[in-house]
Amino acid sequence: MRAGLHVEVAVRRGDFTLDATVHVAPGEVVAVLGRNGSGKSTLLAAVAGLLRPDNGRIVLDGRVLTDTAAGVALPPYRRRIGLLAQQPLLFPHLSVLDNVAFAPLAAGTRRRVAREVARRHLTEVDAAEFARRRPGQLSGGQAQRVALARALAADPDLLLLDEPLSAVDVELAPALRSLLQTMLAERPAVLVTHQLIDALVLADRVVVLDGGRVVEQGPTREVLTRPRSAFAARLAGLNLVSGTATVGGLRTEDGTELSGLADSTVLGAAAVAVFTPAAVAVYVDPPKGSPRNVVHDRVAALEPNGTLVRVRGVGGLAADITPASAVELGLHARADVWFVVKAAEVAVYPASV
Amino acid sequence: MLQTRAPRPVHTGLPGGLWVPSVLALGLIVLPVIGLVVRAPWSRFGELVTSESALAALELSLRTGLVSTLLCVVLGGPLAVVLARGSVPGLRLLRSVVLLPLVLPPVVGGLALLYLLGISGFAGYALNVVFGVRIPFTTTAVILAQTFVAMPFLVVSLEGALRTGGERYEVIAATLGAPPWTVFRRITVPLVLPGLGSGMVLSFARCLGEFGATIAFAGSLQGVTRTLPLEVYLREEVDPDGAIALSLVLVVVAIVVIAVARPRSAEGWG
Repeated sequence: MRAGLHVEVAVRRGDFTLDATVHVAPGEVVAVLGRNGSGKSTLLAAVAGLLRPDNGRIVLDGRVLTDTAAGVALPPYRRRIGLLAQQPLLFPHLSVLDNVAFAPLAAGTRRRVAREVARRHLTEVDAAEFARRRPGQLSGGQAQRVALARALAADPDLLLLDEPLSAVDVELAPALRSLLQTMLAERPAVLVTHQLIDALVLADRVVVLDGGRVVEQGPTREVLTRPRSAFAARLAGLNLVSGTATVGGLRTEDGTELSGLADSTVLGAAAVAVFTPAAVAVYVDPPKGSPRNVVHDRVAALEPNGTLVRVRGVGGLAADITPASAVELGLHARADVWFVVKAAEVAVYPASV
Repeated sequence: MLQTRAPRPVHTGLPGGLWVPSVLALGLIVLPVIGLVVRAPWSRFGELVTSESALAALELSLRTGLVSTLLCVVLGGPLAVVLARGSVPGLRLLRSVVLLPLVLPPVVGGLALLYLLGISGFAGYALNVVFGVRIPFTTTAVILAQTFVAMPFLVVSLEGALRTGGERYEVIAATLGAPPWTVFRRITVPLVLPGLGSGMVLSFARCLGEFGATIAFAGSLQGVTRTLPLEVYLREEVDPDGAIALSLVLVVVAIVVIAVARPRSAEGWG
């Protein structure tokens, strides 16, 4: 029976509490997004069985892996859950082939057969030529390929990927990413990542964690084009302002009014206003007599963003302007600015689904 | 393998005052050994170290030293794994207990063993009554005394290797479906072999040099309990030349041990 993964856990560690419910359908890849300390790694460790939650139930394809109420806590080696970490962590004393043959051997397969299985998996990740090498003789990207083959050779029911590309050289990441895409096509997986591109390419659905709670989840495309959490908006490179819905826009907590194109908002309910940095203009003098949205702020930082310059305000808004206008405006950190965005560029929708 | 050369650290200059005590310290270590070499009866050296009693002591030392080292591995190895990986309350206390033989005067350790396993000791009494076994003043006693003093060397260096190696590989192995015993056999042990090697060499060296605990617990019977250090000490009275020659044998062993064990621990993984 393929029922996918159902996770419902609470973990308390000092001040931090993770309290999350996540579901992964059969064959689905779910990306868990969130800033450092949001509880992503804790969630992964609980699923892998490396950490015992204070409360919760984890069920994979109908098998109960963890059930604190019933006192069930399957050890990691009985979970059939593979782990691909940031570092490849190939066993340094074994050849590449024997690294990949490790899982079949541990499962009781005879050495000759285990090595055949390993060879097949190495071929799959395009690393057959490294079979005889020692892990120390591989580059970071090659080693991560082998680590993937090793994890798949265990034929796991679920694969956990903990920022698998973050330690790989920038030039090598795309090839490895598309390899992951191929290998994950039919396989349920949970992917923890910081990178928008990883979520876009690999994940069917994303779950956004903040402060140990799920603040947003949905199909990748929807979450990244219509984010409801500050983190998802930042990841998608969008401005997000939250507040309560008004007629034709929203009002923020400090009383600022933003007008925009409201979409099924309920008056007085929590809503978010979302717009791209490219739609934001920057002025160094207060713009006069305009119906547009104006926010007075100070510049926190100027960052290169492709061929443009991203102006980040202390209040969290971002604007993309040309380098020429940045020079013309004489922008610098702590400069007084007015961010201006047309109402037609601002989408306002409910903060929760 | 990448060929990288560590960049030379830039020194900010040593205070000149450190040189005098440094030279004195080195002198204190090296000069006595030189004294021994100078004073050695080189013309009769071969004859002295191959005398019947010298050979008996040498043979006994090597034999008991090897058995003790093996005991250290069989008993201390698992202990090191428990100390490095276990999550039992009171582990820190246990860690200090293991160091006890290291700081205790060996002769006190020997007396302690004697009052545990001697005829009047509670364990010794039981052994004698139930099995008719007497341990004190036997070769077994020598082995126990040596194991007692050498154990911390093995446990500490192995535990250090286990800690620097970290648990990461073991976690990965577990997610690949390997049960704890397989992980231990195929990952933990192979990865700490260098640390185990240097721990064994250090333990063996400590066994060869053991004197106080042995004389207190095992006495000094030629061929049975009189190991090389005991032989050196007894000869000093009657035959100083023989004592010096045997001392030099121990010096050579010590130098070999340092050559084998030191580079690894200096690199931080032994």
